[in-house]
Amino acid sequence: MLDQIRDLYQEVVFDHNRNPRNFRVMEDANRTVEGFNPLCGDRITLYVKIDDAGVIRDVSFQGSGCAISTASASLMTEIVRNMHESEAHALFETFHRIATGKDDAVNLEELGKLAVLAGVRAYPARVKCATLAWHSLEAALENQETTVTTE
Amino acid sequence: MNTAPAAVPAFDVARIRKDFPILGQQVHGKPLVYLDNAATAQKPKAVLDCIAKVYTEDYANVHRGVHTLSQRATELFEGAREKVQRHLNARHSHEIVFTRGTTEAINLVAQSYGRPRFKAGDEILITAMEHHSNIVPWQMLCEQTGAVLKVVPIDRTGTLELDRFEALLSNRTRLLAVAHMSNALGTINPVETLIEQAHRRGVPVLVDGAQAIPHMAVDVQALDCDFYAFSGHKLYGPAGIGILYGKEELLNKMPPYQGGGDMIRRVTFEKTEYNTLPYKFEAGTPSIVDAIALGAAIDYVNGIGMETIAGHEQRLLAYATEQALRIPGLELFGQAAEKGAILSFTLHRIHPHDIGTILDHLGIAIRAGHHCAMPVMDFFGIPATARASFGLYNTFEEVDALIAGIHKVIEVFG
Ligand SMILES: Cc1ncc(COP(=O)(O)O)c(C=O)c1O
Repeated sequence: MLDQIRDLYQEVVFDHNRNPRNFRVMEDANRTVEGFNPLCGDRITLYVKIDDAGVIRDVSFQGSGCAISTASASLMTEIVRNMHESEAHALFETFHRIATGKDDAVNLEELGKLAVLAGVRAYPARVKCATLAWHSLEAALENQETTVTTE
Repeated sequence: MNTAPAAVPAFDVARIRKDFPILGQQVHGKPLVYLDNAATAQKPKAVLDCIAKVYTEDYANVHRGVHTLSQRATELFEGAREKVQRHLNARHSHEIVFTRGTTEAINLVAQSYGRPRFKAGDEILITAMEHHSNIVPWQMLCEQTGAVLKVVPIDRTGTLELDRFEALLSNRTRLLAVAHMSNALGTINPVETLIEQAHRRGVPVLVDGAQAIPHMAVDVQALDCDFYAFSGHKLYGPAGIGILYGKEELLNKMPPYQGGGDMIRRVTFEKTEYNTLPYKFEAGTPSIVDAIALGAAIDYVNGIGMETIAGHEQRLLAYATEQALRIPGLELFGQAAEKGAILSFTLHRIHPHDIGTILDHLGIAIRAGHHCAMPVMDFFGIPATARASFGLYNTFEEVDALIAGIHKVIEVFG
């Protein structure tokens, strides 16, 4: 029975939950976004440094959330570093499609390291946990006018 | 033959569970352990059968037809109102207004009682443990009238600070709105004392009884509350039906909340005469069958007895609390002396959502989140809790399953 749950809570998830990467305030971020999941009260502050060419140079986060949302944020900060914003956006689209179960022909390879989180698709109530950090990143990349700059 | 008078029947929870068909199922291959009763309670067969019977045999619109079915439906509907009246010990059945639930009942009082009366600088007093539905309607009213919301604080055990309550009760206070029992902490408030003190200053009191109503006998005349609100779905009845009790003299002075059919006596395009109580507040076709089935739910709990139910749940709570406090890293939120059957807790370094998902895999249904009481979470500096809440059909074995489940969660998270 608890084997099933290991699909959701893989060792990598536990590892990132216990020791989240890039869990820090970024003083010189040029985009800061507050992500909030009103359903469960989880909060995340995402810091992004993006250069003029649209390449994400650094991402970090702070906040409190469940293991899924913390691991997702932690993994994301590792994965999107040095990606062009359009690449990050495309990856999120793929992840979102798979996580929300809209894609029957699941191709986990497309997801790379993110594949460890694909297990959420069996837990509709937890999809928002896995996507909170990504929605925050999307906001940081898209709504340039409304994001806070710390310059 | 045994001719001795029947002894008071012992509380036979195994027999009671048979009344609830939904409880017999398995979830993830485990027997369902339903511990989310504070969110909503499951329905006994008596309620399910009542719904089917009325739709099959007696259904028509109420108060409108001369035909037989309409009269039958009206009798059942008004009969349900009388059951609610007796259950709350209200003086009159026309003091019982059918609403969609607690939320609508509170909004009705805010808009119909508060809005025409309250002025800038008037104060509305609530407490720090209210559900959002006993906060937001008052905030909306404050925006509309310029009234000010004042909040009675709680202490770390989740008990209301009574001396602060006295200090906050002022000449400007126009209404006290308070939960009889907190859904996030389980605290049972000393509403009788609060009402007495408020009345000494001429302040009317609304009691949010959403959580209290399934756990205890409520006597609105003994409490002397001015309004009492509750939802059918937490009392083992249908969702979509609720009750506002209001004192006749107050309800009479209040304008209708919504306009439409049933709430009028005579309509011309120049002028409309409103109907009498309670119809003045029941515009449109009500949730007829749900109201009737709420009556069946009330009959059901009274068949067991509210004292008996309260006793059983208090024993469950005491047992669960004792077991839970032995778990390393478990913190309990809400340890008031007077408490209903709710166990709100966190585990060290394990988020309530993760607790909820893993327990679900063990067949155990609890709630994880802020329980629509974000100010309570803020007060304790936590984003959420895991909450197990008990009902009349829960067993000691289910408490054991919960405790074993929590140990499993800790094991999985290492
Ligand atoms: C204390 C309290 N008040 C009000 C409500 C709102 O009840 P409803 O959603 O049935 O209107 C609830 C329901 O969770 C509650 O627990």
